Formats: sequence, C-alpha cells, structure tokens
Amino acid sequence: MTLAVHARGLVKVFGDVRAVNGVDLDIGEGEIFGVLGPNGAGKTTMLKMLATLLAIDEGEAAVFGVDVRREPHRVRQLIGVTGQYASVDENLTAAENLWLFGRLQGLGRRQARATAAELLEQFGLTDAANKRISQFSGGMRRRLDLAASLITRPPLIFLDEPTTGLDPRTRGQMWDTIRGLVASGCTVLLTTQYLDEADQLADRIVVIDHGRKVAQGTPDELKNSVGDLTLHLRLAAGADLSLAGDVVRRQLGGEPVLTPESGQLNVPLASADHVADVLIGLRQAGVALASVSVDKPTLDEVFLALTGHDAGETERPDPRPQAIPAQAPEKVTR
Amino acid sequence: MSTITIDAWAAVARTQARPSAADTFRQTLAMAWRATKKMRRNPEQFFDVTLQPILFTVMFAYIFGGAISGDVKSYLPLMIPGILAQTVLTCSMATGTQLREDMDKGVFDRFRSLPMARISPLAGPMVADLLRYTIAATITFLMGIAIGYRPGGGVLGVLGAILLAVVTGWSLAWVFTCLGTVARSAQSVQGISMLIMFPLTFLSNAFVPVDTLPGWLAAFVRVNPVSHLVSADRDLANHAELTAQVGWTLVACAAVIAIFAPLSVRLYKRHL
Repeated sequence: MTLAVHARGLVKVFGDVRAVNGVDLDIGEGEIFGVLGPNGAGKTTMLKMLATLLAIDEGEAAVFGVDVRREPHRVRQLIGVTGQYASVDENLTAAENLWLFGRLQGLGRRQARATAAELLEQFGLTDAANKRISQFSGGMRRRLDLAASLITRPPLIFLDEPTTGLDPRTRGQMWDTIRGLVASGCTVLLTTQYLDEADQLADRIVVIDHGRKVAQGTPDELKNSVGDLTLHLRLAAGADLSLAGDVVRRQLGGEPVLTPESGQLNVPLASADHVADVLIGLRQAGVALASVSVDKPTLDEVFLALTGHDAGETERPDPRPQAIPAQAPEKVTR
Repeated sequence: MSTITIDAWAAVARTQARPSAADTFRQTLAMAWRATKKMRRNPEQFFDVTLQPILFTVMFAYIFGGAISGDVKSYLPLMIPGILAQTVLTCSMATGTQLREDMDKGVFDRFRSLPMARISPLAGPMVADLLRYTIAATITFLMGIAIGYRPGGGVLGVLGAILLAVVTGWSLAWVFTCLGTVARSAQSVQGISMLIMFPLTFLSNAFVPVDTLPGWLAAFVRVNPVSHLVSADRDLANHAELTAQVGWTLVACAAVIAIFAPLSVRLYKRHL
C-alpha cells in the first residue's frame, strides 16, 4: 500500500548545523500525524522539506507515491500548507486572498469567488470577508490561513504549529476544524510544541529533538513512557532534598527529578494512588513539605524522560542557535 | 465541515507534471491583479512616478537650461527625452526593491507551496508596473509642455517616445528583479540599484550634448544603452523619426530580457 507520506533518511544542513538529521517517516492515509518537539528541534524544517519549500539535502521523500525531489510541481498539487506565520496577503481582504489563491490554482473567476465564499462561511469569516487582513485577530488569521490551504481540497495538509499563540477557545475551534478535515478524508501532518495538542488530535506522534527522531508511538504509549501523572513537591526551607529523593526511589522504584535551587522534586507516577505512598514515606522520614500538586506530564517531562534534557534548555550538547533557521532559511543560507 | 470526501488517488492521477503556458499566463495575470490592488492601497508607491518627473523637469530645465542651450525653451527638446529616460529607469529600479520586500513576507511562502509557474510571482508585478511607467512618462511630457516644450514630432512622435521608454524600463526591470532575488534585503537592492542607475543615466547624453565631453567619457557615453534610448526618444518626440537608434535600443532590451528573465527565475527557484 502506498503511504500518504513516506520519507527515509531526511537531512537538512544549515552551515554546520544538521537541522534535520536522518529522519524516517511513514504516514498512512487518513491519519493525523503529530510531530512533537521544542523550538529548534527541526520540526518546521522537516515539514518544509516535505512541502517542497526547502531542498532535501539527503534522503528521499514521497507524497502519495510522488517523489518530492523529482516532481515538486506534482506534489504541490496534492498538499496544503499552513505555516506558523499566517501566509496570507496583508494588502488584500479575506475574500480577495482566497480568490487570488483560487485563481492561482486554476479555478475560473466565478468558481474562485464561490469557493472563497464557501470557505469563509465554513470558517466563520463571512462577516470579515471584506476586511483587510491587517485588521484581523490572530485567531482569524489562522482560520483564513487554513481556509486558504483547502481551496483545492488537497488530500494532505501540513499544519505548522496551528495553535501556537491562540487563546484556549480559539484553539478548541481549530482542533474541531482539524478533526473535520480528517473526517472528510484528508491526511494531516501537524507539528506542535504542546503534548496535549498532540494528545487531543494525533493518531500517532514522533518526538523530534536536535533533528533526530527520539520516540514514536501513539499518544498513550508516549505518555506511559513517563507515567500518567507527575507529582510536584516543594520542600519546606531547610529540608533535605537528597533524603527526599531516596524516599521516592525506595517507595516507587522510579527516578525523581530534583531541582535543588528551588527545593523541588517532580515524581512520575503510574497511578494517582501512589501519591499517598510517597507522602507517607516522606512524613516517616521527617521531610517537611511546603506544597504538593499532581499534574499530567508536561512536554518538558516527556522530553526529560526521552532525551535526558529539558525541552526549553538553552545549553545544548552541540552549538546550535535557539531559533532554528527554518523560519527564514534564505537569510541563513545566503 | 463539508461532506465532500477527498479521494487522494484520484487527485494523484489528476496532477500535471508542469504548468502549461495557459496556466502560466493566468497565474501571471492573477499576480498582476494582486500588484495593482497593492498599488491602489498604498498610494505612496506612486510618489516616485508622479513627483519625481515633475520635480526633475522643472529643476533641470531652469538650472541647466541657460548654461547649456542659452535659454530654458531651447533646452527642453534636448532635456525632456533625457528626463523621460531617467524617470522610467528609476521606476524600474523600484521593481527590484519591492520584490525583495514582498518575498520576505509570509504570503510568499504560500506562493512557493502552490503549483504555480515560478516565473509568475516575478512577472506579475512587472506587468502591473507597466502602469507606473506609463504614468511617469506621460507626466514628464505634460510637465515639459507646461513649461513651454512644443514637441516637433506631434502626438504620434510623443506616443512613440513614451512607448519606447516604457518598453525599455520594463526590460531593465528584469535586471533589478534579478537583484531582488539574490540580495539580502530591500535596502541592499536599493543601494546596488543606485550604483547601477546613477552612472548609467548621468554618463549619457540625457542632459548634455556629447561633443562637450572629454574623449574618454564621450566614448562611454556613445555605447551606453541609455544614450541610445535618449537619442531614439529625441528623434521620435522632436522629429517623429524612426531612426536606427530605436533599433539599437530594442536590441539592447531584448538582450537584457534574454539574459535576466531566465536568470531571475533560476535564482528565485534556488530559494526553494
């Protein structure tokens, strides 16, 4: 069976940084596939290579069996790309934008107008149809941007951090829209920095770090690898953090994460029931607590568990700029 | 969401290997439409094509008129075609600067991801710019007539001169478009363009008769394509004569397009 996306050994080099370093991907038709990673992990670069926006330095990729390197023009007829920064024209109105993109993709004048009206309606932008984009809110821009990617109903949609910077309500709407896309037969490749977004939407996830794939699986598999819950403990002033660490190890057999500067430790838990075990153990050992909370694991914790370093960590084993050149490769490569 | 279901394999079967000539044409016109919308909504883009010809015509006529031709009125037939060439070339310079600015915007990412002919994002704005050249050329003549220029070539001669200037400006715009695709920023396009434009316009016969120049300079001025345009426009506007200068100007234009249009598309593709 031919896959929606099939990539082997993708490499992108910017100067002496390997922004994407040998990634394999297999995405089935009709899947929502999540690419999870911190800023600078190489997510956007990878997406841009698959979407024909960046040259593939090494490796190969195919979209519905069409080779991305050899036949980019064909691939462009099969994809819709919605970037991190709304790629719509500031000087035009919403309706004009959609009309222009329709014309550029071979629609007749009338058809382009009808499609634009239909999409504006579908994305709740009819009232703003004749407003200029410069007057749009962030959420409206994103919606318009996504609408612009759907004009020709492409079977594969790339979404680069579709909800970064959106408020929770708008984010929820965007999620519904993405689910709707898949219901109509689309395949979606989505990058995100948020574990909960990947969790909500994706059928399968890869975790990317330093341009490499560090994990792959369903959201549940991924979360189970770090425990379902995390217990956050802050010790009272003067309490012995290393003693507390020993207690946790003895009680659960798991490895807590210590932050000595703030007297904190985070403990991955398989079940909420284990909270009591840890607390009782600490009481018996005479460790005084300042605060206790239980949360779902954050991306940081998934990261720490998978890679051994923080997602937001700036000091990295290899010298790489925090912001990946993917946003503006032309400025970096020239 | 729509109930239409998407058949990926039918979509794959429908794909075309490359854009057809008709596609390219339609996409270029769509991009030209976008450029005219942009012009209308940013009227300051018309400053260079309106104010500059007015300002330069008046300034140069009254400053140099007496010194070069004895009085303003007898300088005008020499100068107006020169100003015309200068104005149109300055307009063509803006094409490169604006392309560079445009390419840094998010919407160009979308253009790159669409199945479009790679020449249309470059050629579209240039089609729209024909409007700018025509405005600039017309204003130059109107201004000249206002201060006493009476073109001996009549209406046809003047129209011919405008047409030739527009064609030349459009051809040279490919040079600046090419610069726009390689330069790092709009400012650097502007800077480099100035370095090309100034010697080309001033080291020509645009404002002074060539026989007043030292031999080495006259030699350059005679081969400068801008001099050919200026001479051709003088023949057209003042005498309604189609001279060999028109031919040389068109040959130079064709050569510029043949080199720089394919080069620009190549360099633009390199961004992908």
